[in-house]
Amino acid sequence: MKHYRAHLLVCAGTGCVSCGSFKIKEALEKEIKKRKLQDEVQVVATGCNGFCERGPIVLVQPDGIFYQLLTVEDVPLLVEEHLLKGRPVKKLMYVPPDEKQPVPKMKDIEFFKHQRLIVLRNRGRIDPEKIEEYIAFDGYEAMGKALAEMTPETIIAEISASGLRGRGGAGFPTGRKWAACAKEKRTPKYLICNGDEGDPGAFMDRSVLEADPHAVLEGMVIGAKAIGAVKGFIYIRHEYPLALKRVEIAIAQARDNGLLGEDILGAGFNFDLEIVEGAGAFVSGEETALIASVEGKIAMPRQRPPFPAQKGLWGLPTVINNVETWATVPNIIRRGADWFQGLGTESSKGTKIFSLVGKINNTGLVEVPMGITLRDVVFGIGGGIPKGREFKAVQIGGPSGGCLPAKLLDLPIDYESLTAAGAMMGSGGMIVMDDKTCMVDIAKYFLNFLQDESCGKCVSCREGTQRMWEIVRDITEGKGKESDLPLLEELAQVCKDASLCGLGQTAGNPILSTLQYFRHEFEAHILDKRCPAGVCTKLIRYVVLSEKCTGCLSCKKACPTEAITGSLKEVHSIIQTKCIKCGACQEACRFEAIESQRDEAIQVI
Amino acid sequence: MDTDKTKIQSLIDNHQGLKKNLIAILLDIQENFNYLSPESLRVVAKALDMPLIDIFGVATFYRAFSLTPRGKHMCLVCMGTACHVRGGPKILEEIERKLDVAPGENTKDGQFTLETVACLGCCAIGPVVVVDGEYHGHATIRKIGPILAKYQKPEAS
Repeated sequence: MKHYRAHLLVCAGTGCVSCGSFKIKEALEKEIKKRKLQDEVQVVATGCNGFCERGPIVLVQPDGIFYQLLTVEDVPLLVEEHLLKGRPVKKLMYVPPDEKQPVPKMKDIEFFKHQRLIVLRNRGRIDPEKIEEYIAFDGYEAMGKALAEMTPETIIAEISASGLRGRGGAGFPTGRKWAACAKEKRTPKYLICNGDEGDPGAFMDRSVLEADPHAVLEGMVIGAKAIGAVKGFIYIRHEYPLALKRVEIAIAQARDNGLLGEDILGAGFNFDLEIVEGAGAFVSGEETALIASVEGKIAMPRQRPPFPAQKGLWGLPTVINNVETWATVPNIIRRGADWFQGLGTESSKGTKIFSLVGKINNTGLVEVPMGITLRDVVFGIGGGIPKGREFKAVQIGGPSGGCLPAKLLDLPIDYESLTAAGAMMGSGGMIVMDDKTCMVDIAKYFLNFLQDESCGKCVSCREGTQRMWEIVRDITEGKGKESDLPLLEELAQVCKDASLCGLGQTAGNPILSTLQYFRHEFEAHILDKRCPAGVCTKLIRYVVLSEKCTGCLSCKKACPTEAITGSLKEVHSIIQTKCIKCGACQEACRFEAIESQRDEAIQVI
Repeated sequence: MDTDKTKIQSLIDNHQGLKKNLIAILLDIQENFNYLSPESLRVVAKALDMPLIDIFGVATFYRAFSLTPRGKHMCLVCMGTACHVRGGPKILEEIERKLDVAPGENTKDGQFTLETVACLGCCAIGPVVVVDGEYHGHATIRKIGPILAKYQKPEAS
């Protein structure tokens, strides 16, 4: 094998690719060739590095220098200075908010410092399209151990002892699920990997599939041995083209290397995998709906029990686990249940991946031990709220979750604490909101999502989500009544009690949690016809703050309806009758001189 | 039409004509023909020996399928939570105004189809607009005009 003195690891996750990381890679390769360094320096495209906010990202190894927000124009400088002259380029490094000095090494950056990478251990380190690189980092070692040295019983015992719980949302103990399926006599048995990551704001499954697809494959072979399955399906959302491609490559490479298919590793064990592409339906993430979808049918959930472990795909025993759960399995088998037990809290073991997004400085994917506080994630790793704004809430658990306020920032993150607070672990999306986010608008957003995605089977969910959405929509338009709030609570409760699947049962959470912690915002909309955050278009109007306006004409140019008057260096003003409240002026203004205020024309009855 | 039938049949054959592969077959037809025509659904129903109503049910249930022809360019606006709090709805409104079209519809000249998507999973660069598979991150109201113009250009022929 050829030895290189340096490796340039270019992040090729969806976030960075969207920002042009492949162009950076091409430019790097071209420049390296031009400088005749191609025998000394290798450029590698890796999976998602996690610090998506700063893409495109290049990590130079072995120095560990982290370059960010790169453009093609930066490439010649980077190659000349760092690779030829050995002088890392300061101006391409990460500078923390409110600081002046760059942090050269990745390991010293706050965002990375507090993370504990287990599932994401190979992120940004290996080329996910090369099986050799996965193998080089202990890949398929756990599978070898499971096939050669372990029995189905000892594998299940190990997973049970580790305390691993499903990472897809509900947190059911994985070992117990496997044991239930292993007990079933009927064959063939199936495995499904649930990669239908539908929670808006969560993208860890995509990232795992893109950055380390073999970890999922390896976990599934181990699971197959444990329950005696012959065939597995990896269900991936059709919105994730890159993940689909990488898993396809991984499956082909694993087959070619005798790690999948017949007589795996000569151990006499047969197991094969097939990819199933989703077609866009949030409810297919529910396990019984997912089974229907793999069978080629409408993704409509059915009653449980019988659980899939007894009656799953084509009526046969089936184990369904989430992407992150499958990718955790090889780590437990390789390093032992005791090691995994040592991480996390009493009831929630191990680590969990969260996608930290929204109004936060360090957007990206973070893997942290269970039990860490929200504050440590949002302010420690996430670097707080941009522009020094005030933290208002963090939404956890997607459409089934809830919004937690600032007073709960010291809550430890584990399954039980989150549920008790009115949110849930969900798949791990964490959307941070600041004082410019309207909580009534957020409730409306989730209800709109849920009424759209409800499959329509249960009346309580189909009609309930629709009615709740209409009521909240009216509140945001200044048509709310005081009696709306108890009605919303009642509807949310009925939806919870009378719906079959998780979607309906938890559809009330976004409304219940916002009502619990942010009732005053609902009341402001209903009683004063006022949106405190200045978001709900029907209740606001845009005005120019004369003390801040410099008369630069930017807003005037941006306005599509010519509603802004004023000449250069004169304070501008907005003609309200012409304004369509598109927000273009506010976006264009560099001096925060345009504010959304309560529309005085609205009468309070 | 006959060539279409042959093509559809070959797509069905690629999936071994199995009922369980119905979604994959419809995805392929959608990709090749830009929509699912009534005729194509009939061909699939016959080939898989399934009632047309079941095929129709699947075709209308999933978001990826369209029963009417789509425009030349597909403009997809992410409506995920992260994009939402960063101003996604304002971006969508701007595109609706610029193209004079509502989500799910085609522009009058057949150039664009505007669709929304629940989440594309690239929240860090939100708000996101995807045109013909090309991602435009950190979208702002002002960027929309230039983004669309890129695709509106008459093609050099």
